[in-house]
Amino acid sequence: MLQVVAQKRRGAFELNAQFELPTPGVVGLFGRSGCGKSTLVNVIAGLLEADRGRVALDEAVLLDTARRIDLPPERRRIGYVFQDARLFPHLSVAANLHYAQRRAKVPPFVGIDLVADLLDLGVLMHRRTHQLSGGERQRVAIGRALLTQPSLLLLDEPLASLDASRREEVLPYLETLRDQLAIPMVYVSHDFDEVLRLATHLVLMEAGKTIAQGNLNDMSLNPHLRAIVGADAVGAVVDATVLGPDPDSGLLRVRVGSGELKVHAANAIVGAKLRVQLLARDLIVATQPPQHLSVRNSLSGVITAIMDDAGDSDLVGVDIGGTVIMARVTKAATRELGLAPQLPVWALVKTVSLRPHPI
Amino acid sequence: MWLSANESEALALSLSVASRSVLFSLPFAVLSAWVLTRRQFVGRTVVDAFVHLPLVLPPVVIGYLLLLLFGARGPIGGWLERAFGIELIFTRNGAALATAVMSFPLMVRAMRISLENVDRGLEDAARTLGAGVLDRFATITLPLMLPGVLAGAITAFCAALGEFGAVITFVSNIPGETRTLPLALYSALQTPGGDGAAARLAVISCLLGLSGLLLSEWFARRVRRMLGH
Repeated sequence: MLQVVAQKRRGAFELNAQFELPTPGVVGLFGRSGCGKSTLVNVIAGLLEADRGRVALDEAVLLDTARRIDLPPERRRIGYVFQDARLFPHLSVAANLHYAQRRAKVPPFVGIDLVADLLDLGVLMHRRTHQLSGGERQRVAIGRALLTQPSLLLLDEPLASLDASRREEVLPYLETLRDQLAIPMVYVSHDFDEVLRLATHLVLMEAGKTIAQGNLNDMSLNPHLRAIVGADAVGAVVDATVLGPDPDSGLLRVRVGSGELKVHAANAIVGAKLRVQLLARDLIVATQPPQHLSVRNSLSGVITAIMDDAGDSDLVGVDIGGTVIMARVTKAATRELGLAPQLPVWALVKTVSLRPHPI
Repeated sequence: MWLSANESEALALSLSVASRSVLFSLPFAVLSAWVLTRRQFVGRTVVDAFVHLPLVLPPVVIGYLLLLLFGARGPIGGWLERAFGIELIFTRNGAALATAVMSFPLMVRAMRISLENVDRGLEDAARTLGAGVLDRFATITLPLMLPGVLAGAITAFCAALGEFGAVITFVSNIPGETRTLPLALYSALQTPGGDGAAARLAVISCLLGLSGLLLSEWFARRVRRMLGH
């Protein structure tokens, strides 16, 4: 369990944050630029002094202002990947990696070979850091942080300075780390797509405060999220289990709640977990079983709640068998269909609007 | 060689004094630059002003103060002689001390400019990788401020070659011991018929200064390339 409490006043800005993360896990620290995410991460790393705070990882207390415990960053065993990589310009890639490994405080469980393998650093080893592309720099920075044998990895917007294609180039490596090394991570981002692909938990921040937290599925329904990601990006994030290929369509059948979806996904193994976001704007609600439609996916469920969305629309929560999804409908539709809690409904979604991610 | 015995003696002595002066002041200059750039403490402005004092004082005043402090009966000079047998007055080491004090601000300035350009984020990154304060300084800060250290050392070396007032006040003008190029030039001008000798010494000084500057430029370029700029 990672426990973080941090308070810090800096001029007009006030940080007042508190969150917990079951370990191992990846917590996405999510909020608009300037909401205090980096400040919080710097307090966790020890690079910034907190007025009051506590940082504890399992049994190890790294900071507890009440008990006057405050380990310096060099003794916290926290790996930190900065937005700007911060590779040492006077050292080669290999020397940057050795720099971290030589200073590791515990016997290595992550060696240079493993890091080079996980992050494809082999061909980069003898390059100078200024010869690397943005994506390569971040991969080296991630490798360097791992070689300190960290008990916690902080990633402060590691992809924010990369363009979309470079981002796509680095993301799979981060997914590999999450799946192959059991190192808890704090992943800071203002891009919900990244959080969606990497995080198991989500902490929302606004104006220096942590305003909501929980596992990703629950948090995807949280009304606070809408204010940050915008109405169009609101939608339930659900876990899906691969059932197998659908021979007729060439799509992949996955189980969601007690229903079934067909999605586009490459070579997934039966039983594997996928994460799917069902955007509220892409869902259609029907009060009768649908017929004669091109829509491939129909999930039956029961309305849990009707929430007022901004303007002339409502968000309809539908329990599809232990999992809740959300659809946006106009208030007129709510009225005409007589949508209300406990009403059985069918939620329809086009296969082409689904983007499954491996988890 | 086409230098006279006196000229090569003065040239060799100048080089010897300037080298000693730079070697002696280098570690103190690095420390001062680091403290003045990276540390916040009460009295920082006073220390800063103190370091820059030789730039604004007449060199004769520095020579005089050195005489008071490091002379045979001065508090530091007397102790140095009793404890270590080190004599400064009327010696080339004394000349080196005088030039070191005079060129110190130039050295510190060059290093500070370089140090201010070292990204503190890199030092923070080194911290998170487990490097303590001395470790960080030796492995990150110092290598990255190396262009400034070299520039400072070379500037100070060239300035040391030309220091006159503080040297002649503190250690006098002794041939073969403290009569460096500028002092030899001055002596030549004081001697009837010494115009020709003075002109030759002036040309030697010019050539020396010029090659120093060219060398410094060449070094700076090499180091910049090494640091990946």
